[in-house]
Amino acid sequence: MRIGRTTIVLLLAALLLVVVGCSGGTTTTTTAAGGETTASAAPETSTTSAPDLSGQTMEVAAVWSGAEQDNFQKVIDAFQEQTGVKVTYTSTGDQIATILGTRLQGGSPPDVAVLPQPGLMYSLADQGALQPLTDVIGMEMDANFAPVWKDLGTHEGTQYGLVFKAANKSTFWYNMGVFSDAGVTPPTTWDELLAAADTIQRFGVPPFSVAGADGWTLTDWFENVYLRTAGGEKYDQLTTLEIPWTDPSVTTALEQLAKIWGSDAMLSGGATGALQTDFPTSVVNAFTTPPKAAMVYEGDFVAGVIGSETQATLGTGADFFDFPSINGSPASVVGGGDMAVLMKDSDAGKAFMKFLATPEAATIWAALGGFSSPNKNVDPSVYPDDITRRAATALATAEVVRFDMSDLEPPAFGGTPGKGEWKLLQDFLSNSSDISGIQKQLQDAAAAAASGS
Amino acid sequence: MSDRQHPDGGSVAVPATDPPSDLSGALGASDLSGAVITSETRGPRGPGRGRLASWFKGGQGSWKVAIFLLPGIFILGVLVVYPILFTLVRSFYSAHGDQFVGISNYQAMFTSADTLTSIKNNVIWVVVAPAIVAALGLVFAVLTERVPWATAFKVAVFVPMAISFLSSGVIWRLVYQDDPRLGLANAALVGVSKVFQPPGPYPTARPSRPDVLVSDAQAYVTAADYRAGSTAQLGLVAVPPRLIPSDAVQAVAASTEAGSIGGTVWVDFAVGGTGTSGVIDPGELGLPGVKVEVLSDAGDVIGSTKTGPDGTFAITGIEAGSYKVGLADSNFRPAWGGILWLGPALITPSIIISYIWIWAGFAMVLIGAGLAAIPRDVLEAARVDGAGEWQVFRRITGPLLAPLLLVVLVTLLINVLKIFDLILVIPPGSVLADANVIALEMWQVSFGGGQDQGLGSALAILLFILVLPAMAFNLRRFRAEQ
Repeated sequence: MRIGRTTIVLLLAALLLVVVGCSGGTTTTTTAAGGETTASAAPETSTTSAPDLSGQTMEVAAVWSGAEQDNFQKVIDAFQEQTGVKVTYTSTGDQIATILGTRLQGGSPPDVAVLPQPGLMYSLADQGALQPLTDVIGMEMDANFAPVWKDLGTHEGTQYGLVFKAANKSTFWYNMGVFSDAGVTPPTTWDELLAAADTIQRFGVPPFSVAGADGWTLTDWFENVYLRTAGGEKYDQLTTLEIPWTDPSVTTALEQLAKIWGSDAMLSGGATGALQTDFPTSVVNAFTTPPKAAMVYEGDFVAGVIGSETQATLGTGADFFDFPSINGSPASVVGGGDMAVLMKDSDAGKAFMKFLATPEAATIWAALGGFSSPNKNVDPSVYPDDITRRAATALATAEVVRFDMSDLEPPAFGGTPGKGEWKLLQDFLSNSSDISGIQKQLQDAAAAAASGS
Repeated sequence: MSDRQHPDGGSVAVPATDPPSDLSGALGASDLSGAVITSETRGPRGPGRGRLASWFKGGQGSWKVAIFLLPGIFILGVLVVYPILFTLVRSFYSAHGDQFVGISNYQAMFTSADTLTSIKNNVIWVVVAPAIVAALGLVFAVLTERVPWATAFKVAVFVPMAISFLSSGVIWRLVYQDDPRLGLANAALVGVSKVFQPPGPYPTARPSRPDVLVSDAQAYVTAADYRAGSTAQLGLVAVPPRLIPSDAVQAVAASTEAGSIGGTVWVDFAVGGTGTSGVIDPGELGLPGVKVEVLSDAGDVIGSTKTGPDGTFAITGIEAGSYKVGLADSNFRPAWGGILWLGPALITPSIIISYIWIWAGFAMVLIGAGLAAIPRDVLEAARVDGAGEWQVFRRITGPLLAPLLLVVLVTLLINVLKIFDLILVIPPGSVLADANVIALEMWQVSFGGGQDQGLGSALAILLFILVLPAMAFNLRRFRAEQ
């Protein structure tokens, strides 16, 4: 039959198309694998600080984009110059978990990835997607980093992550004009802070701008108070739910928080207004004219918002003080950080990790601004201005450093808008009278999230 | 093709959707594909039964049919059928998909307060939004037939459809901002309210000594009694420096005079908070322009005056007896801040308004097309017979439009059930939980933080089941109209 034959030919053609379409993906993978093979077969001439790896290629994926990407590119450039490796940078934006997951399933992860949360590192490590770093950067780690940073990159006894860029989330940013008009000075203790706040509100400016519309700022508030009232050990236990949220230490912290959150006179716009305020607006509130607040608490990145969204000048109109000590607590910092991990066993990748662990790499970005390094051998004088230097020094020299608790918790509890800890602390901001009720809800939500993941 | 008529027995169809029947026989391919789709959805009762049977028998042309259908079936299978089946299977597995958990995801779903809020909000959406959009669309469509500049009006109403939902969400988030200096909605409301009720000069001020001046609604009244010849010292705090008039000078104690009650109203705050509360310290300014009243025991106003630049006041003509001194509420009346559009109470209505803004144009255009297709002679005949415009609309236009309105409503209904973007963008994080709907809850649970794709799949199945009746209804309609 003539028609039948034509059909068969057509069918075959269609089949062929499908096969070609499918093998498109395979081909890419093979090439990638092939490239890798040649890469590792390349001469292993030396393992000194700057091995010659010219001709090799590698890929780094990180969350940074815009100015941060430009600055990181400078770090990459220095590495390329030293080793001859050709580095491709991929900016993942907020979608790094999804992108890395897809790339892993497709069999072509980047050589090095920079993760914004330890939680993501733990889950990748559990999947076996990460290379242990102990043999790669063990020496540099011990020489350049305080144990707390090493611990952060360690999962079940194995080191997988290197905190390259850190954030100090224990800074209060204040309007210098309001402080001097009201006649108050930056406080160093919690009681001084409350007294200063009282003076400022009698002066006629609401003392605090709280970004209650964004739950993460509230978790940062809580973490700072908790780290100071309960100490680092309890902080770790609460993070992993070894002690429940109904623990008395949580009650104490929430009682201290309620001294600020529970008073409409303390908050710009009252609690209702605070719940409508997102983070950038909360910063603008404190540095706009006329000021709607005297100070705003958040991390060192507030400096960037002040620079881009307000007319205030850092150093003359805006400055920060460290989150005050509560009942004589030692210098403590709640930190955040971006963690570099090795996802492929490639020489270029290893060399890059080694490079990131050096003070040299950190110095490049530190000098460009917007960067705090946990590397203790970075000379503080390289930071471009006094404010960055003080924030970075506080981070590197604090007696107690803990990673942002909500970033360590399951995201269903510590990282979802309108749910879990974010939502419950918003409820607490809206009504801070029922502390034990909130504690119970926090515990229920935390337990549910822990069992779910 | 006897089933071409409307099921409701009406003989009128929108002409555009009724293809000339003599063509259908000629278009062999389209007829065939129609047959297969029918076989999927309705079984071998459909109009193309004969062809289908011959295909199964391996008749002439069967290979051709297979080849033409393969790409479509392949794409449908990969992009529609497989995901649905996979989601169904996935909903019986744990968060990471490695454990079979039976129906526990469905149990979790129906016991979680979040899901119940989402379902409640979805119900509000389904009941309110399509009806209002269709009604507004109908009104606009009818009106544009009568007004000059109809095209300009149509374009203006339709333009929001050209903006992506995300951008529309951002626009409305800005419109609804609480601060009247940022949000358009509150700016308009506050602007109007200021005309009718101007705010007081010192809205945030309050007594420095709550034991001396007691709060009485928005006003303040002294706790102690005063007689003619005595003076009152009324300190206020929390007066923003920018609100203190430039003519204010150092506050002084008022001198006592027979037959009058005097005193000082001043800003009881010295730089650094160093002064004593309730005492006029050096550096503390008088507060001019505060309305002070002398009140009798019964609460009647005996006399009133305003303070001077040094904060002093004196109210004369006071007879013997004891009085209280009050600061009138007009001093402290706060500027009305507008409506809390994005608060927990109003968030869903606020988002529905933005949805209406986007979709009213869509409904208007569809209904307008339907209106244009109504035979003019019928309308003319009715008018000649003496029907008023309302009667024409109710007895002729309305019934003729009813099938089309139903299609618009059902399309909107499906659309509203899946509403996602606006809910993600408009509410601040603190009220997101109050505005949540199933589609967003599904996304949040599976990707936006929760990473529990088992529970997320269960929610997706719930949403799928909710959309099914509307889809089935629309499919039946389309088939009926063919």
